[in-house]
Amino acid sequence: MAEVKTRDFYPASAVSIRDPQLRRALERVGTGFDGARREAIDEVSPEVWEGWRDEARRIKEHTLEHLDYYLEVLYDTVTAAGGQVHFARDAAEANAIVAEIARRNDVKLVTKGKSMVSEELGLNDALEDMGIEVYETDLGEYIIQLAHETPSHLVAPALHKTKEQVAQLLTDHLGVPYTDDIESMAQTARQALREKFLAADMGISGANFLVAETGTLVIITNEGNGRLCTSAPRIHVGITGMEKVIPSLQDLAVFLRLLPRSATGQRISSYVSMVTGPRRATDEDGPEQFHLVIVDNGRSRLLGDPQLREALYCIRCGACLNICPVYQKVGGHAYGWVYPGPIGAIVSPTLVGLDQAPDLPQASSLCGACREACPIRINIPRMLLHLRHKLAESPEPAEVSAGAGGKLLARAYAHIMSRPGLLGGVHKLGRALQKPWAKGGKISSLPLPLVSNWTRSRDLPALPSRTFREVWRDELSGQGPDSLTPATRRQNPGED
Amino acid sequence: MPSRQPLESSLFVTCIIDQFYPEVGVSVVRVLHRLGVAVDFPTDQTCCGQPLYNSGFTREARRLARRVIDSFAACDYVVVPSGSCAAMLRVFYPELFAEEPALLQQAQALAAKTYEFSEFLVDVLKVEDTGSTYRAQATYHPGCHLLRELGVREAPQMLLQQVGGLDLKGLPQAESCCGFGGTFSVKYPHISEGMVADKIDNVTSTGADTLVSCDMSCLMNIGGGLARRGLPVKVRHLAQILEGEEASG
Repeated sequence: MAEVKTRDFYPASAVSIRDPQLRRALERVGTGFDGARREAIDEVSPEVWEGWRDEARRIKEHTLEHLDYYLEVLYDTVTAAGGQVHFARDAAEANAIVAEIARRNDVKLVTKGKSMVSEELGLNDALEDMGIEVYETDLGEYIIQLAHETPSHLVAPALHKTKEQVAQLLTDHLGVPYTDDIESMAQTARQALREKFLAADMGISGANFLVAETGTLVIITNEGNGRLCTSAPRIHVGITGMEKVIPSLQDLAVFLRLLPRSATGQRISSYVSMVTGPRRATDEDGPEQFHLVIVDNGRSRLLGDPQLREALYCIRCGACLNICPVYQKVGGHAYGWVYPGPIGAIVSPTLVGLDQAPDLPQASSLCGACREACPIRINIPRMLLHLRHKLAESPEPAEVSAGAGGKLLARAYAHIMSRPGLLGGVHKLGRALQKPWAKGGKISSLPLPLVSNWTRSRDLPALPSRTFREVWRDELSGQGPDSLTPATRRQNPGED
Repeated sequence: MPSRQPLESSLFVTCIIDQFYPEVGVSVVRVLHRLGVAVDFPTDQTCCGQPLYNSGFTREARRLARRVIDSFAACDYVVVPSGSCAAMLRVFYPELFAEEPALLQQAQALAAKTYEFSEFLVDVLKVEDTGSTYRAQATYHPGCHLLRELGVREAPQMLLQQVGGLDLKGLPQAESCCGFGGTFSVKYPHISEGMVADKIDNVTSTGADTLVSCDMSCLMNIGGGLARRGLPVKVRHLAQILEGEEASG
């Protein structure tokens, strides 16, 4: 499995937030991707959009409710089309399955289309350990492969790289003259990759959807590299999570409308490739073998938790990342594993273990923008709360690096807030103790744990001489509504 | 409204207004009085429990929620001058007691009569023009819970548009979170600070001298950052604008 660094969220985010190049790269997320998404929704009208969201959610709810059934149907249809279906419980098993297919077929060179699941599994490393050459062919993936990095965004894996950094990478690795002209750089990569496509023994692709009815693997791309991976080499291995299955081609339609618009604001992606089995006797080309590897790797845990199940409805469009104010600040790598942003803060802790990722559910202001942007209306804020509850109830709350003795503090807070008299006393005490720090009605520095995290960049209002309840008692409790109507007031503004 | 039997409202003032901004509570009461609404203040109220709920301490949050449910059991309308605390009462309490039928019923009863302040004015009192004057160049920041848990988008701006002397300027990226998020602001200060910095840049880009919101928590955060930077933008709760005391005449 890919290396898990989710425990380092706090320090990693503190570093990334100060990275000027990353900040520049991340500016594209909000104004670019999210802006395009909003325009695409306006174009079809919000009413139509909401109808699509309803339909897509219904399909996902239904399919996940009957996942065992649809996986069986898929198994039968893929097999009937001449393909082979493999189920993998975890990353090691998935990698072993692909390795075995490669070994049996004497595979030396692999071209890969973009696949987050293969990133999750650490599949490239597993194949390279066998001496197989593996080439990522999605431009973004190719760039981060050259840089020995991991994706920082679900849709745009090299989002964190500036074009100057990419230009330098191409110069260093391919020996081409330096140019940061995007068109020329794409041409360079295309030429380098074209040779690999022609020489590859095995093509590996992910899948955006698996259609149970027909046994069809669907991939949605903009570069056409996916289609080359699935058609040029003699073996095609599709690898994806078990939640990607949908019942029928009819159901695919709404997702083809939602996914590109949510991801990049496109009405449709440049390519929609639908692969059913290997080449048939009547086909002029296509792979001799088609293998479909369906991966669990912790997804059963999501499926089995009614509070978290809807995380499996995710179609990996990245809309929640693009709108998330936290992602926009810290970028994808800070999240420490393959899936960043709001949906990653649900998926990662569940797949790698909550004890390994205690910060991720906490690092959100619960603003809810992700849920509003999600084409499937996944209720991410509620799931974050659910995970926070699990953390709070865990026997080792100190696991949360930012938790700071949470449980004791929570009990003390509840105790005080259950006793208005005590709260009044605490207020009076605070008013007396704040004197050395309160100047001009505000406090600019207060050396208390957590509070100092506020005052290091923000003033805090000093406690006023009376609480509202004291003002109420002294002045307001005896007063009633005015006899003047608002209309009368308007005519007599002098009375204000 | 005032010509008929006065409406009876009960104020859930929120702990942040009680403890830090009593003048906002006073403005709420004065505006309601002016609109002919009687106001009661159950004095045993404290916190709605949201800081605990948001931190995962569900059991402790339930303890405070039960107090609020009891304190306001006999009221006709509960008015909350905070989108966030109103969301706690209206949206999260029923979730908190989802598995306790008796309490769930009480939570739902409370939810059904709970309104955020601007919502109460526009949806219950059917008032858009409160007859106030407030001379300022203002811009409006919508709190996230008000927007996305309660779905209140228009009401505060409808009220502000009717205020005499108020020049209301559009806030770029208004619906982006200010970075408060309760305990988030002190647990992840570096991220919270980055978010509030963006908000402040957007606020100052409007040229407004006054930032209005329906949540003092957002305003404590944004205002705290504005003050630290020495920027002369005042932060005001909607009720203070509608009361119109400060800059009128």
